[in-house]
Amino acid sequence: MKKLYFLFVVIVLISCSKDKETNTLENITVPSVSTPNDVSFGVETPMVSIKGGKYVPLYGKKNKAVEVSDLLMDVYPVSNENFLAFVKQNKRWRKSEVKKLFADDNYLNNWKKDTILATDMKPKSPVTNVSWYAANAYCECQGKRLATVDEWEFVAMANQEMADARKIKAYNQYILDWYEKPKTFNNEIGKTFKNYYGVYDLHGLVWEWTSDFNSILLTGESRSDVTTDKNLFCGSGSLNASDLMNYAAFIRYAFRGSVKANYAVKNLGFRCVKDTLNTKKP
Amino acid sequence: MKKIFILIFASVAFIGCKQNDEYKKVDATQIKVDGTINAELTSPPFVPKPVGDRPAKKLIVNLEIIEKEGEMADGVKYVYWTFGGSVPGSFIRTRIGDEVEFHLKNHPDNKLPHNIDLHAVTGPGGGAKSSFVAPGHEVTFSFKVLNQGLFVYHCATAPVGMHIANGMYGLILVEPEGGLPPVDKEYYIMQGDFYTKGANGEKGLQPFDMTKAIKEEPDYVVFNGKTGSLTGDNALTAKVGETIRLFVGNGGPNLVSSFHVIGEIFDNVHVEGGTLINHDVQTTLVPSGGAAIVDFKVEAPGTLIIVDHSIFRTFNKGSLGMINVTGDDNKTVYSGPQSDEVYHPEGGTIQTMPNEASAKAPKAVTLVERIADGKSIYSRTCFACHQPTGEGLPNTFPPLAKSDFLNADVNRAIEFVLKGKTGEVVVNGKKYNSVMTAQTLTDDEVANVLTYVYSTWGNSKKEVTPAMVKAIRSKK
Repeated sequence: MKKLYFLFVVIVLISCSKDKETNTLENITVPSVSTPNDVSFGVETPMVSIKGGKYVPLYGKKNKAVEVSDLLMDVYPVSNENFLAFVKQNKRWRKSEVKKLFADDNYLNNWKKDTILATDMKPKSPVTNVSWYAANAYCECQGKRLATVDEWEFVAMANQEMADARKIKAYNQYILDWYEKPKTFNNEIGKTFKNYYGVYDLHGLVWEWTSDFNSILLTGESRSDVTTDKNLFCGSGSLNASDLMNYAAFIRYAFRGSVKANYAVKNLGFRCVKDTLNTKKP
Repeated sequence: MKKIFILIFASVAFIGCKQNDEYKKVDATQIKVDGTINAELTSPPFVPKPVGDRPAKKLIVNLEIIEKEGEMADGVKYVYWTFGGSVPGSFIRTRIGDEVEFHLKNHPDNKLPHNIDLHAVTGPGGGAKSSFVAPGHEVTFSFKVLNQGLFVYHCATAPVGMHIANGMYGLILVEPEGGLPPVDKEYYIMQGDFYTKGANGEKGLQPFDMTKAIKEEPDYVVFNGKTGSLTGDNALTAKVGETIRLFVGNGGPNLVSSFHVIGEIFDNVHVEGGTLINHDVQTTLVPSGGAAIVDFKVEAPGTLIIVDHSIFRTFNKGSLGMINVTGDDNKTVYSGPQSDEVYHPEGGTIQTMPNEASAKAPKAVTLVERIADGKSIYSRTCFACHQPTGEGLPNTFPPLAKSDFLNADVNRAIEFVLKGKTGEVVVNGKKYNSVMTAQTLTDDEVANVLTYVYSTWGNSKKEVTPAMVKAIRSKK
């Protein structure tokens, strides 16, 4: 009988790890989903220049700084009206046309029709219910790309005044408070704070896709993540002065770990970035 | 030879006895399931129908995660994260050997990924590893319930403490074959501690306060997710002679509960929700992330008060519930007050103390003195229920501040202080149904404390004299 138990446990373990593997394979950021079929759609959005630098991420090798190169980042997340222009030009990303492989059933599911927003949706609200594939294609059409997790986290460390506000209590509390504010996806872009670099809405509006969102795998069983993955040094069990900062960031990583590239989620949008001409590869 | 024989015989007998006493573990993995049913889920304080003698089945559970705003106390809003839209989450009732097919759905409007760890599950993370679900998605996993008892379930997504502190917990019951012994009424109560940015009672939408949670200093300790969930119109009900079973859980995240029902003794307690049954228990400990099943027969009418006997939580943080028992008096079980006479420790006759005049406390004469005296009486006698600034406790103890009820009739106020009050009153448009005991104060003291209450908190400034008190006292 005991053996049966064991077998059960083994099966569960195997199925879990299998899942993880497929996740990883599925979500490796190989260009490109976009094809020459996707054409420019005449939307230009303001970008700001971000001076690169080093930072120590929440997850990574202990105390090892990650280098982020200079880049340009969209000031705002992509809005409903921008994405509408994109799907008008690119039929294959309309909700009736999109391949299930690239977007699940929630893709643009609040839209009235393929190229018509629902009446209660504001053109200036961030576009959500978009899959990673669609977001990727959108950015490529503009000659841009999605930010990496490191790039996104690097810019998002900033509050209004400083580049790295992660130890400021008010900054962390702002993020934590947002987690409890329902339906912020209905708000318009550019209404939260303008950060140190001139970027809006990284916190307080919607989640955002990153190119390698699933490179850090949280199993969702947060209590064992500490030991299952060697990269996850900063355990949920550790309690110290930077607790609030960890909690705010944990939820972001947990969210990224819960999605797959074809998921379309109501609180998840995106913005694009671009390498600068003088981008040096580290 | 003979000796050995006897020894063997004795030990065999001993073992035999012992085995009879011991709890027999059922090998539930061998129980076959027969048919499929959808699980009935209920919001607190109600529980689904007992399993009775049904065979083990495949049981389909559909549980939806909803993040939504609710009311922690009067005027205090809080964003709860819930299993099934209530705190605690939906009650799940199974029997041993059931194969549960669990569908966990994360509502598309939700912001966060969630999962579920059911303590009734034998397997990694209690299901948490298999149930991590993004907003707008549904995950399915299955398990067989192998151990009987009452178990907690909760969310285990990072940061776990925050998910639990926002209300993500509930109970799953695994009944033995044939079910628990039948009773007349069953209810579902779960305690939880809450941490808000503002202090207890501060109005408006209160965000979760992580710092207070880490320090384990809650602003609210409540039953079923909010103050007043089991008082007033929400009070549980029973009739004299009925047997009541309470499924009691504690979601935490931090505090351990000293669960007690004032005016009752638990006939049976499934200690920690397991198979061990203790009898005749006054207070049972319910650990955070644990549960207990208690039952008792109600013998006399009246209001039973459900509390966490870590008692400041009850009177200052909200862990208070009520069971209204109706029916005929049973004077043998409880007489009610029979007489109230003066008690003289020195003997039957009144004795005069030497130097009585000088020993007496200076008597308050002027209005200012009387108000000061009243304030000190108030802070000894009244504030525990009516609160230091007279605002009372929502749904439990009526306010004295700006109280229409108080200002309407001074003689009624005097009468309540002297004789107590049981039953419904409507104060400032809200119903209260509670008990105020008769206060053993002198005429002077009653006059002074009422004058103090009338003089503050926006009340009518009415002055109450000892003569007025005396008049009411002598009225029969």
